[in-house]
Amino acid sequence: MTDSLWEVFTQPADGSPFEHAGSVHAADAELALQNARDVYARRGEAVSIWVVPSSAIVASSPEDRGPFFDPGNDKPYRHPQFYKVPRAMKSE
Amino acid sequence: MSPTQDAQETLELPAFEAKLAAGQTIEPKDWMPERYRKQLIRMMSQHAHSEVVGMLPEGNWITRAPSLRRKISLIAKVQDEAGHGLYIYCGTETLGVDRADLVDQLLAGRAKYSSIFNYPTLTWADMGAIGWLVDGAAIVNQTMLAKASYGPYARAMVRICKEENFHKRQGYEIMATLSAGTPAQKAMAQDALNRWWWPSLMMFGPSDTDSPNSAELLRWKVKQKGNDELRQRFVNLTVPQASAIGLRIPDPALKLNQETGDWEFGAIDWSEFLQVIAGNGPCNRERLAARNAAHAEGGWVREAALAYAAKHSQQAAA
Repeated sequence: MTDSLWEVFTQPADGSPFEHAGSVHAADAELALQNARDVYARRGEAVSIWVVPSSAIVASSPEDRGPFFDPGNDKPYRHPQFYKVPRAMKSE
Repeated sequence: MSPTQDAQETLELPAFEAKLAAGQTIEPKDWMPERYRKQLIRMMSQHAHSEVVGMLPEGNWITRAPSLRRKISLIAKVQDEAGHGLYIYCGTETLGVDRADLVDQLLAGRAKYSSIFNYPTLTWADMGAIGWLVDGAAIVNQTMLAKASYGPYARAMVRICKEENFHKRQGYEIMATLSAGTPAQKAMAQDALNRWWWPSLMMFGPSDTDSPNSAELLRWKVKQKGNDELRQRFVNLTVPQASAIGLRIPDPALKLNQETGDWEFGAIDWSEFLQVIAGNGPCNRERLAARNAAHAEGGWVREAALAYAAKHSQQAAA
């Protein structure tokens, strides 16, 4: 048995989203959390930490960058700028 | 390289170079030339090893720090260096190498690390000189690397740069305090500056005209500035800091060029640098022996962690 790789996500402050910080090696989840704290939160950089086995991460692949995301790229009507507003209301 | 790899390179290289030219970041799953991957693994693992070996010269003085305030600072700094090593090993692993293999290479003496850590720390003032000069030089280098084209490396550098400023300040404070002390304390500070000045300038590596890797790393935007430019920046920053605390840079040729604003300095003894890199510095063997001993003595901790994890996973299954 050897240690395994864990991805570390930290929440910098209450109400903030979690951000990827890096990874740690650890024998189990409990030690992964402790290692993550010692490596990525020595100066109060986190109020909460997630650790996830790296093997459990599923990611989009770079080759798909165009086709995978293009359903979102041709829909200007999803943005407020698409809609006309009476001139008098422009400032709001 | 195999013929298929060659064909792949020809096909993908223009898009890769266009990305770099546009200032985009390369991420782990993006296609990259094998040579780019190899150069990054070499550079990043050497950088990680330097952080780890860098703990040894300072660890030497933890038990002999002159006050509790100095002691807690030094412990925190040394712990940061361990953390920096881990950030960069973690970044290197995204290139498809295993940290255990990199550590093995270091322990077996097959890996390089910064030549500066092969010098001895003879007095307490060396803790000041290392923080001020060695970490100061590292900040100049790493601030540039925080814009490196490889995302995981750049992000590790951003994190490291935030922490290095504390390292430099605590070192400079030690030097300033000694320099304002008794004549013997001031002499100790000056002696430390005398011994660490030239090795600190060598940290930036050979002149760009003689550096085998510089041109390639610049072309791929792993580095944004050459070794000589960074070295000059460090000298320009440090000379006024020395005079502010009444210490003298040990270089009779040092003079301000009024036109460029640069502090021009004397010739660096590159034969010394090459000797240290070749393994013949004052402490190369001692550093490797200490690292091997620490790794071996920590073996039971790694075994216990694995045994504990195995026991708990069995209990959870039962």
